[in-house]
Amino acid sequence: MAAFLINSVELPEWLAWTITALVAAALILNVIAGGALAFIWAERKIAARIQDRLGPTRTGGRFGWLQSLADGIKLLAKEDLMPDGADGMLFRIAPYVSFCASFCAFIALPFAFDFVGQRLNVGVFFVIAVLGLEVFGVILAGYASASKWSLFGAMREAAQVVSYEVPLGMCVVVPVMLAGSMDLVTIAEKQAGWLTNWYLFHDPFTFVIFWVYVTCAVASVNRAPFDLAEAESELVAGFHTEYSGLRWSFFFMAEYASMFLVSALAAILFMGGWNGPVPLAALAGFSEGTGDTAHYLVRVVGLANLLTKATLGVLFMMWIRWTLPRLRIDQVMTTCLKYCTPIAAAMFAGAMLWQLAFPGGLIPGLARPAGEIREGWLEGPGGQSAPVVVPSVDGTVAKAVR
Amino acid sequence: MISLSGMLMTPVLAAGLPVAAINWHSVLFLLFASLASIFAVGVVLADNVVRMALYLVFSLAATAGLFFLAGAEFIGAMQLMIYVGGTLVLLVVGVMLTAQAPFVSIKPSAADRALAGLAGSSLLVVLLAAALSVDSWQRPGLGEVTAPTATPLGMALLGMRVDGPAAGAATGAVANGYLLPFEIVSIHLLVVLVGAAYLARAKRRRTPRSIDAAASAVSVVEGSERVELPAARPPRSGSASALVSGGSK
Repeated sequence: MAAFLINSVELPEWLAWTITALVAAALILNVIAGGALAFIWAERKIAARIQDRLGPTRTGGRFGWLQSLADGIKLLAKEDLMPDGADGMLFRIAPYVSFCASFCAFIALPFAFDFVGQRLNVGVFFVIAVLGLEVFGVILAGYASASKWSLFGAMREAAQVVSYEVPLGMCVVVPVMLAGSMDLVTIAEKQAGWLTNWYLFHDPFTFVIFWVYVTCAVASVNRAPFDLAEAESELVAGFHTEYSGLRWSFFFMAEYASMFLVSALAAILFMGGWNGPVPLAALAGFSEGTGDTAHYLVRVVGLANLLTKATLGVLFMMWIRWTLPRLRIDQVMTTCLKYCTPIAAAMFAGAMLWQLAFPGGLIPGLARPAGEIREGWLEGPGGQSAPVVVPSVDGTVAKAVR
Repeated sequence: MISLSGMLMTPVLAAGLPVAAINWHSVLFLLFASLASIFAVGVVLADNVVRMALYLVFSLAATAGLFFLAGAEFIGAMQLMIYVGGTLVLLVVGVMLTAQAPFVSIKPSAADRALAGLAGSSLLVVLLAAALSVDSWQRPGLGEVTAPTATPLGMALLGMRVDGPAAGAATGAVANGYLLPFEIVSIHLLVVLVGAAYLARAKRRRTPRSIDAAASAVSVVEGSERVELPAARPPRSGSASALVSGGSK
């Protein structure tokens, strides 16, 4: 987009980059906020149906479409209370720390081939690293509230998230290994083609490790049955006991954003990203050189694909939240350290051996896209290894790149 | 909301006023660098453990921003993962170990402050002198940023150099990577992990009862005093009978 602004609209480069950055930021912010509105409504309806109720029915028509909006207005109008004994500065800043961490992770998340805030060649790593920072806001909130419930919740969350980062990291390494890259765009592009090219169906080990990933992802975004940090039957409301109004809603926006993020990450790592189950674009004869409009259309369809997959992931999380009872803290730790970690390690080794044994896939007819080229580094010295040139914010650099 | 108003404002600004072109690289560098410095000073001046940790996190995150600005994405993400994530653990442990009041406050004495100030400023002087003496750091090195991917790095750690002219194209020999140092560091870390687990594990104390049981087991093995085992029971049966009698009252 910056290139378009520089070349076609002939804006100065610094301005073009500013506008590009602001548009990207605004889009991501809207994905988070709009997503949270939609998902809160969906959560209410799904919870209600699972519990044999109707859920919201009146606000905004038959299905209570506007319930989230009404909630939002209520939260805006609600007084932001702060306990007398609280550490004011930390108490105020905690929700924003949580929210910023979620927001930053979206920067590197591709929504379709070109639709990415900033394409990083270590995208997976960045997303996982930043996602782990969300817990920092929770700990600050728990500590600054000067409440025992809050502190208990925060400590549980810290223990849980730090533990679950280990198996989560192992699960994420498997698609990275298969794709030979940590770039999320590359990983998703490797799975182009039919459904069978998805890493989910790559071999039995990846299929198992996908479910380990799901478990760890649910735990790392602090959703039931792993929501020990806010266990309302034990800790009142855990880390956000003392929060109300807008600050409270920031925590929840961060939570829904993280849910969406790990679902999108699952879609990209294991389920082909923006590649649909059927390669419609390829069947219709679109290729890279077909033309800009068709090109763009393919991207938009890909965007719809990714959003659908991520939304399904979020709905799945809601389903298990309202189905399974909450685990005890020791059960949570046991699940992580005694089950998830060893299973993930074994599946990692298995996937590696499988790749060595059947490099072309088990069934010859369903061969993967030719090559398995990994950024050209196995083609010997002097081969066509083209380093990915990442445009920085500096205008001159970007011009040199293009 | 803010970004939206910013979006609307910028074209107006551009149309109305002649604004000098902004070199975003310098602006962002100054922003991140000053953030890192300000929060580093905050770490020193704060007297609350958790606030210190918060400032430390902000300072380290700004440093990560500097890395990203320099195109070293892997190092930047690593900085976030290890240092910022590590501070998290530091914070939890710090709170757990030092909290005696609801909000921990650390106030060093004046002598401590003076000593620390002396040590810190002398170190700073040494560092500044060293940094300013490097010629290539004197001028801004805004060359073309061709960020290498993380792949050559990973391959080099696995013992294969695929980067640069040293890839062995001319001689046909494969250039050495860093497999051995990597393995040594891995084993070292593993040893440290095992050691930490050993130190931190729940120690099984010998409770008096288990000592008794062990003693009776020994006596059973010796076979001399088999009577001792049932002999341990009378108090229990006595209390049970007391309960029963109490119930019968």
